[in-house]
Amino acid sequence: MAALTHTGPVAGAPAPASTPRRMRTRRRQIGWAFVAPFGALFALVFIVPIVYAAYLSLFQERLVGGRVFAGLANYTKLAADPQFWDGFARVVRFTLVQVPVMLLLAMALALALDSMRLRGSKFLRIAIFLPYAVPAIVSTLMWGFMLGVRYGLFRNLNDWLGTSLDPFRPGATLVSIGVMVTWAFTGYNMLIFYAALRAVPHELYEAAAIDGANQWRVIRAIKLPALRGSLVVTIIFSIIGTFQIFNEPQILPSMVANSGITTYYTPNLYAYNLAFTGSQQGYAAALALVMAAMTIAIAYAVQIRGMKRALQD
Amino acid sequence: MPSMATTTSPTTRRTATPAARGRQRHTIANPRKNGMLTFFTGLFAFYCLLPLIWLVINSTKSQTEFVTTFGLVPGERFALFENIAAVFTHDDGIFLRWLLNTLLYVVVGATVSTFLAALGGYALAKLEFTGKRVFLFVVLGSISVPGIALAIPQFLLFAQVGLTNTPWAVLIPSFLNPFGLYLMWVFAAQAVPTGLLEAAKIDGAGEFRTFVQIAMPMLAPATVTVLMFSFVAIWNNYFLPLIMLKDPAWYPLTIGINQWNKLATTAGNGELLQNLVITSSLLTILPLIGAFVMLQRYWQSGLTLGAVKG
Repeated sequence: MAALTHTGPVAGAPAPASTPRRMRTRRRQIGWAFVAPFGALFALVFIVPIVYAAYLSLFQERLVGGRVFAGLANYTKLAADPQFWDGFARVVRFTLVQVPVMLLLAMALALALDSMRLRGSKFLRIAIFLPYAVPAIVSTLMWGFMLGVRYGLFRNLNDWLGTSLDPFRPGATLVSIGVMVTWAFTGYNMLIFYAALRAVPHELYEAAAIDGANQWRVIRAIKLPALRGSLVVTIIFSIIGTFQIFNEPQILPSMVANSGITTYYTPNLYAYNLAFTGSQQGYAAALALVMAAMTIAIAYAVQIRGMKRALQD
Repeated sequence: MPSMATTTSPTTRRTATPAARGRQRHTIANPRKNGMLTFFTGLFAFYCLLPLIWLVINSTKSQTEFVTTFGLVPGERFALFENIAAVFTHDDGIFLRWLLNTLLYVVVGATVSTFLAALGGYALAKLEFTGKRVFLFVVLGSISVPGIALAIPQFLLFAQVGLTNTPWAVLIPSFLNPFGLYLMWVFAAQAVPTGLLEAAKIDGAGEFRTFVQIAMPMLAPATVTVLMFSFVAIWNNYFLPLIMLKDPAWYPLTIGINQWNKLATTAGNGELLQNLVITSSLLTILPLIGAFVMLQRYWQSGLTLGAVKG
């Protein structure tokens, strides 16, 4: 790798005789040739689908008459749809609890790793990150089996203690999903925080030591401020992630009975079921667009708050 | 690494008393190890490793022992190799087909998306052209659009042109990696000296040749990171193939395992094949875990990039 990055300039062929001015105008636009493949693809799989979704969301599927133009009827229907708001409220509650818990854990772990006071820190770092490499389907299967009362560890636990604990009873399922999501993403966020801490210039710590600052003071005055930028990024990505939670509630019902997971448990699950089992594609498109708009609004709000904070200091 | 340093590199501190010289000496860069801190971090690592340990243990059990024995101790019979053989032979060896499909999606998808991201990121960082800022703004804005919101209209569009139920339906969306473009842009701006590019152009190299021969090698650390993370994203992709593919012959591993799991849980009249579900899960995650452990030096340096700029 090191050898590759230090490859020297390649001795080119003798310069062709072209006028400098033609070179310059051509060069000014040649950047488009570089971004064109990405741009074309972006139009094809991002812009066109969004526009198409917006178009579709103006139509409704009727039993009689097929697809008919309905104006904004899908949006007004969505605003008054208790099933949508039930799923939306669940995702908001989940986000408000899971994201802070996960990011605080990730930050604490990153600080612990960065303190250099851990034994076997290299092993711990990779062990905590490993769940990130596990697909959601496998993660849901493992946790579903482990926490399940039919085959899993909770069956054994209940046998020994004579209890009837069930992590997938309707009231507890969301907590169990939180355990799975936290398991999968804490290590990833920890590494982002850790990378930010590693970038702190070492002289700052030496200066703090000369001033007689203790560990907590160093954390508060140097390390936490160094984490602010990455905190904004991790909050935004975590919110985007939890707002579109889908895999776990989609897979779990096939593993555990009576988990309380409905077809509208999360907005994305609802959109999926509307589009593919209910064939209400216009309504599903409206739902997807509204969720995307809300996610973007929240992501921007977090970013603007983060930037304001940074400016105040 | 740091734990090695405590024992091998004696630090030179002039204030150390002769009595302390025999023991370890501690500095800011090399403080005393803390047992409590190690314990709590270790506890979290245990939470992270427990499901994986459970998976390894249970992939060595036969179907009967999976149901009858305690989940965290091995069964009496070591059935791992039987299970692996069963995974590869069940249903006319469709698992191998799913594995090859996944490799196709991952290798083609990650390579193309990383190359396009490098090409675009380099141009945005190093070339001037009209409309560059607008382009960057739109692409970066797209990062916060949830992927699932896109997938439904993508499916409906692909269905109209007859692309659903073909490998293209999974490949084409995976070619686009806006976050990869962002990483490449940030990295190219820092790591590729403009003077060197100018020199190459004066020597007569065209823009594209300058990119391939001069810039690409310098972008190598970012390339490994983007490649690695798109590799994982495509290998683990569930929603997109779930809606795009109906024919099991084109399934990737994630959808295939889910199908076996559904069969396994419709117990009663279905077959009991949880041992296959568990063993195939293990086989699915091993390549990725292996790659992450072996290549950690590269992708960890790439993560630094995203964190600092972020």
